[in-house]
Amino acid sequence: MFNLDGQVIPFQEGDTIMDAAMRAGVYIPHLCHDPEFTPHGSCKLCTVKVNGRNCSACTFPAAANQTVFNNSEELNEIRLTLTQMLFVEGNHFCPSCEKSGNCQLQGVGYELGMLDTHFPLFYPQRQMDASHPDILLDRDRCILCSLCVRASRDVDGKNVFAISGRGIHSELVVNAESGLLEDTDLSADDRAAHICPVGAIIVKRHGFEAPIGERLFDHQTVGEWSLDQFDTGEQAWQRD
Amino acid sequence: MGTDTMHVEIIRNTLARHRAEPTRLLQILRDVQDHFHQIPSFAMPVIAEETGVPIAQVRGVTEFYSFLSTAKQGRFHLLVSDSISDHLLGSRDIAAYLSQKLGVAIGQTRPDERVSVDYTSCTGLCDQGPAGLVNGHWIPHLTHARIDRIADLIERDIALSEWPEELFLVDDNIHKHGLLLNSELPLGAALRKGLQQGADATLAAIEKSGLRGRGGAGFPTAGKWRFCRQEAGEHIVVCNADEGEPGTFKDRVLLNQYAHGVFEGMTICAATIGANKGFLYLRGEYRHLRPQLEAILNTRREQQLLGADIVGQAGFDFDIEIHLGAGAYICGEESALIESLEGKRGVPRNRPPYPVTSGYLGKPTVVNNVETFLAAALITLHGGEWFAVHGTGKSCGTKILSICGDCANPGIYEYPFGVTIREILQDCGAENTQGIQVGGPSGTFIGANEFNRTLAFEDLATGGSFIVFDQTRNVLEIARNFTHFFAHESCGFCTPCRVGTSLLRNLLDKICDGHGTAGDMLELSRLATQIKHASHCGLGQTASNPVLSTLERFPEIYQAHLKTTTFEPGFNLDKALETSRRLTGRDDAQAHLETEGM
Repeated sequence: MFNLDGQVIPFQEGDTIMDAAMRAGVYIPHLCHDPEFTPHGSCKLCTVKVNGRNCSACTFPAAANQTVFNNSEELNEIRLTLTQMLFVEGNHFCPSCEKSGNCQLQGVGYELGMLDTHFPLFYPQRQMDASHPDILLDRDRCILCSLCVRASRDVDGKNVFAISGRGIHSELVVNAESGLLEDTDLSADDRAAHICPVGAIIVKRHGFEAPIGERLFDHQTVGEWSLDQFDTGEQAWQRD
Repeated sequence: MGTDTMHVEIIRNTLARHRAEPTRLLQILRDVQDHFHQIPSFAMPVIAEETGVPIAQVRGVTEFYSFLSTAKQGRFHLLVSDSISDHLLGSRDIAAYLSQKLGVAIGQTRPDERVSVDYTSCTGLCDQGPAGLVNGHWIPHLTHARIDRIADLIERDIALSEWPEELFLVDDNIHKHGLLLNSELPLGAALRKGLQQGADATLAAIEKSGLRGRGGAGFPTAGKWRFCRQEAGEHIVVCNADEGEPGTFKDRVLLNQYAHGVFEGMTICAATIGANKGFLYLRGEYRHLRPQLEAILNTRREQQLLGADIVGQAGFDFDIEIHLGAGAYICGEESALIESLEGKRGVPRNRPPYPVTSGYLGKPTVVNNVETFLAAALITLHGGEWFAVHGTGKSCGTKILSICGDCANPGIYEYPFGVTIREILQDCGAENTQGIQVGGPSGTFIGANEFNRTLAFEDLATGGSFIVFDQTRNVLEIARNFTHFFAHESCGFCTPCRVGTSLLRNLLDKICDGHGTAGDMLELSRLATQIKHASHCGLGQTASNPVLSTLERFPEIYQAHLKTTTFEPGFNLDKALETSRRLTGRDDAQAHLETEGM
């Protein structure tokens, strides 16, 4: 058992703080994490304070007698800043994005009370890849969470995606000599085609199937959705 | 045979030399870069096919390291160090002269593909700058006269191997010998003693010595070795010679003069933890040292100090391989270094597990600094007490410092821990000192009222970088140089460091360029604190230090740079209208905006 914001949380051997908290029904904001995949710890939204030190809840092991702070003003301010950073780093035009309402980045923005992007926008020039007959890769919306990299490698066994570049020049690349999605073996049935938490990888000809107003985060918060998903074990991609 | 087939053949031969091992991907790419002055697009599928590494990952590794390039570089590729100590010695002017002399813009390759010029992060020659690299080889003391000679050699297309040796001469500049630098270590003496007394006695001696890691973090060495030894399976020893912290060059000197001792320390570690395999991870900027280090390894093999049944002890097999980095400061972080050793991008791992439990290829691994291994060898020879009597309560022994910047005698100095900053300044001939960067950009900037402080883990800790700035230097420009450095070297893995360091750089640029407001200063402090508290590894956690420590000590210098307006845009409003002016063919006064703030 450990203490999370004053609440006693039981844990099992091998649990991370995120695992134990989700099982106990406590939401810790996150974007690069999906319980089904090896934790990555890159978005840093799940930063919690463990015995006075900041750690990623998705990778840090739960241990007896830990005192963990999650829903604190200080941490939520860091999370808000990180979300704003993700918005200004890419090109996110929510009103024209077909993922709007189903987008976890947008959902987290609402959850954290984000009203503006705060920082000057970077307006990066990123390449869009519409070459694949069934799947669109819009790098403007990529937040480098690596979920597609992990899904393609660990579930599909295809290694379609990788991260290239360094620092602010990091970008999502695909596994083909041409660098184009059409020359990979990615298929619309792949897990990697459905795991993207934002609108960077989307399956073509399925936009706006659910009208705005009837989408995931129109009636529930990203926190409620995330815990619900953990409870039922239902996978996000089977729903969208 | 057509040219293409010939080129592919060259790549296949390179791959064969490295047995097409995926862990050697970075070494393979280095060789390809050396040959073609780029990683040509036709190389990637061949490398991917033969190593079994996905082509996207080959590209990912290529684009991670500064010394690898998908664009064609010149046959003579010149890099000028952008480290602060080189700045103080006029590197910007030198780079401009070089660029003008050779007729090529900085960051570009000349159309005839003969030469390219660019900046690079610290080259480790801070005591003899402005320094640079030509095809990876050091050129210290760049002056206009030396550039004229270099330009002439390039224009006459003289091969690098024919260039006068004198251009490449690098000094060790050891000004103060202490416990380690004075010690003689007869070949194999420490190792023989270590093997004779056994692993437990060696560990006990190192424990008694109080030796803590010399890379900067200061973890007790005996503890690290013991943790690793307890783990089951094959063990690995890694020497971290990725000395990337700007202002640090003591490992360069140790590897040049004391390499036997360093390798001996690694071999003692191997005997203690039960390892058969060792790596020296040599930063790309130090490739000049590689041939002599290989020769030393060969001597040690001939003397039975490496290889099978070392010094006749049946079953003790251990050898050391040199891995060359390719321009990435982050690879000095031990888990990023391990990733790089495995042929991957240098992205720091999540911890736990720590390398002592799961390091190189998941095997228990000890990673120690060059100086730590040298100290361990000497402690094994002389006993723990010999070392422990020097220093302070929590910091035993001595520390080797690389001193550069505004002082008469930059170079290497060895002091017992506990020495005051004032004493160091006197020894190196520093006058009118305004402040010192202790521990490099990731360390602390201290002002003149702190010169009574001491060098020790309990006060000012350092991996060895000590940069002196006199009263003529602009504190803001120093913070700016360091902040640019971190933004350039961030690996990009986590959000706060990837995006935050760029935001911090842009904001500091705005202030330095005279467009900052009081609001920007508050923002600078808030952003810097958040990057520090949210980042994944030491790079991000310390990237804000130059800003935070100068903001704390010199707020008046920042304030003097601010505008009195409440808001000042981060871009030039008038300039943003340039396109519209061009389109409408107008350039009269009314087509321009007042650029003052509101």
